[in-house]
Amino acid sequence: MSTLEIKDLHVSVDTEDGPKEILKGVALTIKDGETHAIMGPNGSGKSTLAYSIAGHPKYTVTGGTVTLDGEDVLAMSVDERARAGLFLAMQYPVEVPGVSVSNFLRTAKTAIDGEAPKLRTWVKDVNAALQRANLDPSFSQRSVNEGFSGGEKKRHEIAQLELLDPKVAVLDETDSGLDIDALKVVSQGVNRFAEAGDKGVLLITHYTRILRYIKPDFVHVFVDGKIAEEGGSELADQLEAEGYDKYTRAAV
Amino acid sequence: MTDSVRSALEQDGPTLERVDSHLNPPASYDLADHPVPTGREEVWRFTPLKRLRGILDGEASDAHLTWETSLPAGVTLSTITTEEARELGELPPNERPAALAVALAGGAALLDVAAEAELDEPVVLRLKGTSVDDLVWGHLVLRIGAHARATIVLEHTGSARYCATTSVLVGDGAEVNVLSLHDWDDDAVHLARDGIRVGRDARVRHTAISFGGDLVRMHANVEYAGPGGEAELLGLYFADAGQHIEHRLFADHTAPNTKSHVVYKGALQGQGAHTVWVGNVLIRKVAVGIETYEENRNLVLTDGCQADSVPNLEIETGEIEGAGHASATGRFDDEQLFYLRSRGIEEAEARRLVVHGFFNDLVRKVGVPELEERLLATVEEELEKNVSHGGSAPASPRGTV
Repeated sequence: MSTLEIKDLHVSVDTEDGPKEILKGVALTIKDGETHAIMGPNGSGKSTLAYSIAGHPKYTVTGGTVTLDGEDVLAMSVDERARAGLFLAMQYPVEVPGVSVSNFLRTAKTAIDGEAPKLRTWVKDVNAALQRANLDPSFSQRSVNEGFSGGEKKRHEIAQLELLDPKVAVLDETDSGLDIDALKVVSQGVNRFAEAGDKGVLLITHYTRILRYIKPDFVHVFVDGKIAEEGGSELADQLEAEGYDKYTRAAV
Repeated sequence: MTDSVRSALEQDGPTLERVDSHLNPPASYDLADHPVPTGREEVWRFTPLKRLRGILDGEASDAHLTWETSLPAGVTLSTITTEEARELGELPPNERPAALAVALAGGAALLDVAAEAELDEPVVLRLKGTSVDDLVWGHLVLRIGAHARATIVLEHTGSARYCATTSVLVGDGAEVNVLSLHDWDDDAVHLARDGIRVGRDARVRHTAISFGGDLVRMHANVEYAGPGGEAELLGLYFADAGQHIEHRLFADHTAPNTKSHVVYKGALQGQGAHTVWVGNVLIRKVAVGIETYEENRNLVLTDGCQADSVPNLEIETGEIEGAGHASATGRFDDEQLFYLRSRGIEEAEARRLVVHGFFNDLVRKVGVPELEERLLATVEEELEKNVSHGGSAPASPRGTV
C-alpha cells in the first residue's frame, strides 16, 4: 500500500520583485493502483507541483503538507524523497558530462536499495530496460543525457523508472516534444510500471495525445496554481474537443 | 617550380615580423633580457615570488634529479652541449626561469625518436627529487624524427626546487603525445617551460597534469615550423589548500593552415588554493587559414579558493578558419546535483560523480591508456580530502571571461 497525499499546498518562487506564489492550495491524493493526469495550460503551475514534490531548492513551500504513506515528504532532502519511493521523470533531464549511464544507474540503484545490485542480473536488467525503452545497449557507455536527442532523454527517464522501481512516479510533461513512436515507447513504459498494481502515477501533461495510450483513472484540470475541475477520463475527451479556454477565461 | 627551389623557398621563407606584445616578451637566450621580476610585470603578476625560494636569483648548482627511464627500441638518450641544443632549433627562452635553466643546466639531455619509428609503448622518464633544499636546473630536448609516432611521459615526483626548460621538436609529419605529470611532494617548487616546435603537417598533443607541489608554474608554448601543423594542449590540475598552480599557454601561429586547440580543466579546494590559467594565442599576418580554440574551466569546491583565468587572443589577419575561446569558473551545477539526488544519490556522492565527470572527458582525451586509470584514481584521492567535509557555502572566485 502506498498513498501520496497533498493537502493545501502553497509554493512560491523568488523573483526580482520578491516571492511570487505559484501554487495556491493544491489538494490531491494518489493511492496505489491509480493513475492521475494533471492537465493545464502553460504557466498554470503544473511543473512547479512536480518539482515541489521532488524537493527542488528553487521552490519554497509556504503552506500545506505532502505525505507518502504518512511520512512527511517536505521534511526530507531530495535524495531521501527518492529513497522513500518518489520518482520524478523530468521535462528537461540534465546532462552530466563524463558520468556514464551505466555508472549513474548502478549508483542510483545502490542508493535506493541500500545495497549494490548483483552484478550479473543487473547488467541484464539494464540492457533489458534500455531495450524496452528502444535505446541501444551502447547507451550505457554514454555520458548521462549528453548529446541525447529529446526523445532519447525521455526514454532514458522511462528506463530509469523501470529500474529504480519507485512507489509513486511523477511524470512532468514526459510526452512533450516526442514523435509518435517515442510517445508509444514512453506510454508502454508507464503502463508496465502502473500495471504492477501497487504503484501510483501522476502524469502531468499539456496535451491530450498521450492519454490515447495511457488511460488515467482521474483527470484534474490545473489552472492558476490549483485544481479547477476533476473528473474521469471523459474529462480529457472534453478538453481535447474544447481546449482550456473556458478555464483560463474563468481564472482571469 | 622544382622541388629543390620549393624547399629553398620554404626554408628561407619570409622572416617573421617581430610582434610587440606585453603578453609575450621577446624570446632571448641573453639573461640580460630577462631581469629579475618585481611582481608587477604582466607575466608575473599572479605568481607569489617569495615562494619561489630564490630560484630566480640564478645561483649555480650541480644538484640533479634522479632519472629512471624506459626507452623502447628506436629511442636514444644522450647528452649534448647547450650550443648544440640551440642549433637544433629549439624555441629560445621566453622568460627568466627558462633562460636560467638553459644557462645553468650545463648541457642538455637529448631524447631522440628516430625518423619513421612507430613506438608500441610509451617512452617514460621518471624524474625524482630528494629535497626542496636542492636547486636543480634542467634542460631537456625531445626530438621526434619525421613521420615518427611516439608517446613520451615525463613524471615528476619527490621534492626539489626544479627549474627546467623542455624543447619538443616535432619533425614533419610526425605524431607525438607528450604528457608531463607533476605529482610532487607538498613543498616542491617547479618552474617549467615546454617549448614545442611543430613540423609541417605534424601533430602534437601536450598534456600537463598538476596535482602536487607548493608552487608549480608551467609554460606550454607552441610554434609552427611549417604549414599544416596541429597542436592540442591539454591540462588537468587539482589545487589543495595553500597550493599555487599556474599554467601559461602560448600558441604562436607562425605558419598558415595550422591548428591549436587548448583545453585546461582544474578543480580547487581548501583555504588559499590558487590556480592561474593564462591562454595566449597570436595569429600572425602569415597565419592565414588557421584554426584556434582555447578553453579553461575551473570547478570551485570550497570557500577560500581563487581561480584566475585569462584568455587572450591577438589577431593580425582576419583570413582564418576560426578563432574562439571560453573560460568559466563555477561551483557545482545545482541542476546536476538535483538530478542525481532525485535518483536517491546522496549529496556527497553526487558531488563526487560530478567532479569525476568534470575531469573524465579530459582524461579520456589524454590518449595514454596506461595513465588514465591512475589519473582518475588520483582525482579520487584528491576528492577524498574534501568531499567528506561537504562545504557548500557560496564563494566569489575571481575570473575573467
